[in-house]
Amino acid sequence: MTTNVMIVGVGGQGSLLASKLLGQVAVSQGYDVKVSEVHGMSQRGGSVVTYVRFGDRVNSPVIDQGEADYIISFELLEAARYMSMLKPEGRVIVNDQRIDPMPVITGAMDYPEDLIAKMAAAGAQVDALNCLELAEKAGSSKAVNMVLMGRFSKYFNLPEEVWLSAMEAVVPKKFIEMNKIAFDLGKNA
Amino acid sequence: MKEIMLGNKAFARGLYEAGVAVASSYPGTPSTEVTEEAAKYDEIYCEWAPNEKVAMEVAFGASLGGKRSFCAMKHVGLNVAADPLFTVSYTGVNAGMVICVADDPSMHSSQNEQDSRHYAIAAKIPMLEPSDSAEALAFAKRAYEISEEFDTPVIMKMCTRVAHSQSLVETSERITPPARPYEKNIAKYVMMPGNAKKRHPFVEERTRRLIDFAETTDLNRIEWGDKKIGIITSSTSYQYAKEVFGEEASILKLGMIFPMPEKLILDFAAQVEELYVIEELDPIIETHCKNLGLSVHGKDLFPIVGEFSQSLIAKLMGRKANPSCSEIEGRPVRPPVMCAGCPHRGMFYTLSKNKCTVLGDIGCYTLGAVAPLSSIEMTLCMGASISSIHGFNKAQGAESEGKTVAVIGDSTFMHSGMTGLANIAYNQSNSTVIILDNSITGMTGHQQNPTTGYNIKGDPAGKIDLEALCRAMGFERVRVVDPYNLAECDQAIKEELAAPVPSVIISRRPCALLKYVKHNKPLVCNTDKCVGCKMCMKIGCPAISIRDGKAHIDETLCVGCGVCQQMCRLDALEAPEGGVAL
Repeated sequence: MTTNVMIVGVGGQGSLLASKLLGQVAVSQGYDVKVSEVHGMSQRGGSVVTYVRFGDRVNSPVIDQGEADYIISFELLEAARYMSMLKPEGRVIVNDQRIDPMPVITGAMDYPEDLIAKMAAAGAQVDALNCLELAEKAGSSKAVNMVLMGRFSKYFNLPEEVWLSAMEAVVPKKFIEMNKIAFDLGKNA
Repeated sequence: MKEIMLGNKAFARGLYEAGVAVASSYPGTPSTEVTEEAAKYDEIYCEWAPNEKVAMEVAFGASLGGKRSFCAMKHVGLNVAADPLFTVSYTGVNAGMVICVADDPSMHSSQNEQDSRHYAIAAKIPMLEPSDSAEALAFAKRAYEISEEFDTPVIMKMCTRVAHSQSLVETSERITPPARPYEKNIAKYVMMPGNAKKRHPFVEERTRRLIDFAETTDLNRIEWGDKKIGIITSSTSYQYAKEVFGEEASILKLGMIFPMPEKLILDFAAQVEELYVIEELDPIIETHCKNLGLSVHGKDLFPIVGEFSQSLIAKLMGRKANPSCSEIEGRPVRPPVMCAGCPHRGMFYTLSKNKCTVLGDIGCYTLGAVAPLSSIEMTLCMGASISSIHGFNKAQGAESEGKTVAVIGDSTFMHSGMTGLANIAYNQSNSTVIILDNSITGMTGHQQNPTTGYNIKGDPAGKIDLEALCRAMGFERVRVVDPYNLAECDQAIKEELAAPVPSVIISRRPCALLKYVKHNKPLVCNTDKCVGCKMCMKIGCPAISIRDGKAHIDETLCVGCGVCQQMCRLDALEAPEGGVAL
């Protein structure tokens, strides 16, 4: 059995650190793991997608239609964008922040309304929360990634120490405390 | 102990373990991290060269000098380095030399989708193709053994999904390869006709020996499964095929893509009922199989354009699609945009306002072609802005000279802009060139270059003075502007386009994402003053949107650059108390 997790958001929101953390947790549990990232042009405020896959044996580094068990999203529209990648009844953990893409900024298109309800209607189980507020409470708007990962950890039966020691492996020392607070706020929200 | 490692980092680990001593590269997605990670080992001398041709020639020089050497580039970088590539095949090497080329199927961050395997065939240089991080590490070491055994450079071909995927690797200790003293050998290393004529048969003979090697090396392996379906594949396509079929097909996985074995393929084909070749981009393996007289399915089934995935292969080979949640209609796309506070924005807005024809180049600033700035009208390859404006102006004459500009970044200028500028100085077109100097190589994630004054490790290094360089080439009109200051940009553009001689404008301000750049506090829209005229929206800043008919500034994105304030006639965009506006 392979577990497929997509981490999606807007370039610059910190999804690479989230995928690093999840990859590290999976390695510590003895799984085969693949994490696929996109660097370069798409990082500049565009849609970014990271795939994390773990299980007994993982070959492909990517996730395609109907394969994702989870979508962790830093932004509403970005979560909605990948519904066809999600298994029926798959779970979406989403920061309910709205960031206008350029076609909305220029007035060429409208930002879609009621995305949380639409995702549920599309067949997803949606867990939406205001991660930005919780991240700021933890000390920095940049900690949205750890709020989301804390929330995500609720769906796995793993001791908290596993997550925290993985965090120590991937987060610079001086930010550990803040990230731990953000993780807990997401988990317990 | 196994650890999880990015493909490019694993490649760098392989370089370290192989005892590589010298690495010279030019950054390019998705190849950049190989050299960045190699630079973290003190035992490897690493540098950013001004371009890929220089990098490859540095690596050749180091090989000649007796040390294992390396250079890395993206697929289009290999075009730049093609000149040394074809002849280093003839000279061969002294110590081992490996060239990394990273292809970008689906063009995540590239201007074309070329298949670099053609270069291995054309230059007759062996090419290895790893399919995950563990192979990137292992193949890097094998590549040096092949290089030294067969007296040839070896190309390691990466692709985005191998370069930028993390998977498990096991590391080992660095070896110290035996010293290879430099010995004068004019017949081998001076490629003038008399000598090159003798080296060409050597290259052909070497390829024949490499084919024998390919028949038996464990770089190529068969994984027997059900023999109804036989698949020949390589690189990331192997992973997709394995994911779909597991033991339900037999797979011949090629780790060495040039030269390819013949007997191994024929034997494999003879034992399976139906033969498929699964490879991204061009039909290289397929053509080889067909040349061997085999009947195979390849590009009749699988696309020649874009990346593959397990679902794509499953679908095209007749398997049922996975059920999924349903699509949500009406989703606006989210293309990449210039960052909030990007110093390029002010210059592009000014060029747009002055209705200039803008010939562009390769870098973050290529985003100057995107709405609402829609400023750049041409982007081809590194350095083409400057060379092309000269041709454009020669074709169009004085009218075009008065409204056309070339824009090029500092790193791209060092890479391939200088020669084009020399042509303008020499053959005299009245062209206006704007160097967008953001003091870093931005697009690939902040690499130093010859204009920044720092080397790959961040230590002080030589620094080329752009103004002095342009003047030395004969440009009398060279001026520097701050792109955060719209009035200054406007004046410079108008004056330099009107001037009767060629000129260079250096638009100078460091990338807003650089760690040392201090940001101002986010601006705030005073909704009592804002009338919702949307003037501030014309600069295409991702931090500004319209909410309830008024401008709204996203405080998590805004860096207080103040460009939007210069757009607002009502002074509605205000710096918070204690903040500094321009």
